[in-house]
Amino acid sequence: MATTSTTLKGAGPIAGSRSFFAKMRDGDEIARLITFLFAGTVVLITVALVWDLWVNSALPRKVFGFHFFVTSVWDPIMDQYGALPFIYGTLVTSAVALLIAVPLGIGAAIFLAELAPARVSDILQFFIDLLAAVPSVIYGLLGVFIVVPMMRTVIFPALNKPLGFLPIFAGPSYGVGFMTAGIVLAIMVIPYIISVSREVLLSVPRDQREAALALGSTRWESTWKVVVPFAKTGIMGSIFLALARALGETMAVTMVIGNTPKVAASLFAPGYSIAAVIANEFTEATGELYLQSLIALGLVLFLLTFILNGMARLLIVLTTQKGSEVGG
Amino acid sequence: MTARLRWRKFVSNFMLAMTGLCALVSVLVLFFILGYLLFNGGTSINWDFFTKLPKPVGEVGGGMANAIVGSGKILLLASLFGVPIGFLGGIYLAEFSGKGMAWVVRYAADLLNGVPSIVIGIFAYGLVVLPFKHFSALAGAFALGIMMIPITLRSTEEFLKGVPRMLREGAMALGASKSKTIVTVIVPAAYRGIMTAILLALARVAGETAPLLFTAFGNRFESHGWSQPTATLPVMIYTYAVSPYDDWHRQAWAAGLVLLGLVLIINILARTILSRGIAVPRS
Repeated sequence: MATTSTTLKGAGPIAGSRSFFAKMRDGDEIARLITFLFAGTVVLITVALVWDLWVNSALPRKVFGFHFFVTSVWDPIMDQYGALPFIYGTLVTSAVALLIAVPLGIGAAIFLAELAPARVSDILQFFIDLLAAVPSVIYGLLGVFIVVPMMRTVIFPALNKPLGFLPIFAGPSYGVGFMTAGIVLAIMVIPYIISVSREVLLSVPRDQREAALALGSTRWESTWKVVVPFAKTGIMGSIFLALARALGETMAVTMVIGNTPKVAASLFAPGYSIAAVIANEFTEATGELYLQSLIALGLVLFLLTFILNGMARLLIVLTTQKGSEVGG
Repeated sequence: MTARLRWRKFVSNFMLAMTGLCALVSVLVLFFILGYLLFNGGTSINWDFFTKLPKPVGEVGGGMANAIVGSGKILLLASLFGVPIGFLGGIYLAEFSGKGMAWVVRYAADLLNGVPSIVIGIFAYGLVVLPFKHFSALAGAFALGIMMIPITLRSTEEFLKGVPRMLREGAMALGASKSKTIVTVIVPAAYRGIMTAILLALARVAGETAPLLFTAFGNRFESHGWSQPTATLPVMIYTYAVSPYDDWHRQAWAAGLVLLGLVLIINILARTILSRGIAVPRS
């Protein structure tokens, strides 16, 4: 018995799979190796990126520690760096952006997915995709020459007169500031919310709608009380995705936020954001601590978007899976 | 019809009309941007813009010939760097890899896709600018190339996996090896989709400004070779828009029109002509 099995093993190329060298001759192993190297490069670049950010921000971690995040003095001359004004500015502008973009975006997505005929929906979606492709520096350009003057002459007086007693609407307004940046950001992230939410809404099984309608609900009630709750997690995902975009957006914000490292309660006050300070000061950073503090800010930005993007992807996958499970 | 039913119907119609309004406003923003740029850019653009170098600060006139050439150079080099990595990596994911490695590569690509562009700029600065001690076209192209990788990779994978099984089996049945099947059957079958994705990736990085600020930097003169600071259209728009000079503002509008036109034309071409019959995955 033992001898038989040895002979069979020896006959490998005929009986079993082809040997490594045979595959080599066909070029399969070479092709696998080459494509593997390129795929590996992607992983390598990603690891190198994280490594580069981490190693080059060691100095502020050692010097300031956790205080880096809670102090608001940013003084290159005294070599004192606190990130609070930038983190504050990034969060406030993103919050303003979401407050405007979420209702608009979800409303538009409901229209595209539930109401508009398929052809109209596709055409409108095509325009929305084009809107998402407009470069951010173009939004900045329009922000500087349209939104900033409009802020000073229209929006600020309209909000300041009736609501000026609230600190967030207090004056004066220079045109640039958190609110202006928030509005420009809102316009920029609306296409992302619409695209993803529309897709998630379209993945809701048809019988959910029909069941609601058969029970006597109006079209809006079936949409708002059945379809939207069904797609809730996916819509949340689209919002996270938009938030990640808003946090990392650089050019448009840099051009309209006012570039003043202060924590101000008023939305009309000029401020600063993480991405904006990196864009403005990176080439001028002379000292090692100065440069590394900016890189540390980059690391903070990276971690924030990393977490948000991961959560967004998870939520979107969960919803579309739910749709195919119930539907199938 | 009871009053309550009438009210419910009214709410339904009203809210549905509101959602229509939301959609209308969102789409109108695009036409507003286009119209405004056409108006402002159209009145400022002239032949000098395409053929002349920037004039010294304070002098009226001049153009952005160097920035147009610079953008072209950097985009070319970025594609040469990013597209092969994304394309071949995508082939590995779709055709060769096991589950574990595929997960790692996909995860890395998705992570890279979500990194803010300014952070990519920091990375390129540390990796290319510092060792050469020079802002350069090379560094800018490196940054933009990295941004092209994830889009190319994921869509190559998706389109290759979409090739019908029968085509694959047919080639195998004729005795072709796996690599031969990929080169002669599978990639040609997915060719249109992959080209679309590469063009969309190109359109996306063509408008990127943030990663170029401290890699390609900028230049008011012609830059020769790859190792010098190089002017690009997006960075020029930024510097000109935030400057205090009226003539620079005029040129910023002209450059904005050229850039937006370029990006939108590539987008429309990619989506309509190349991708007839193919659903374009969203990045």
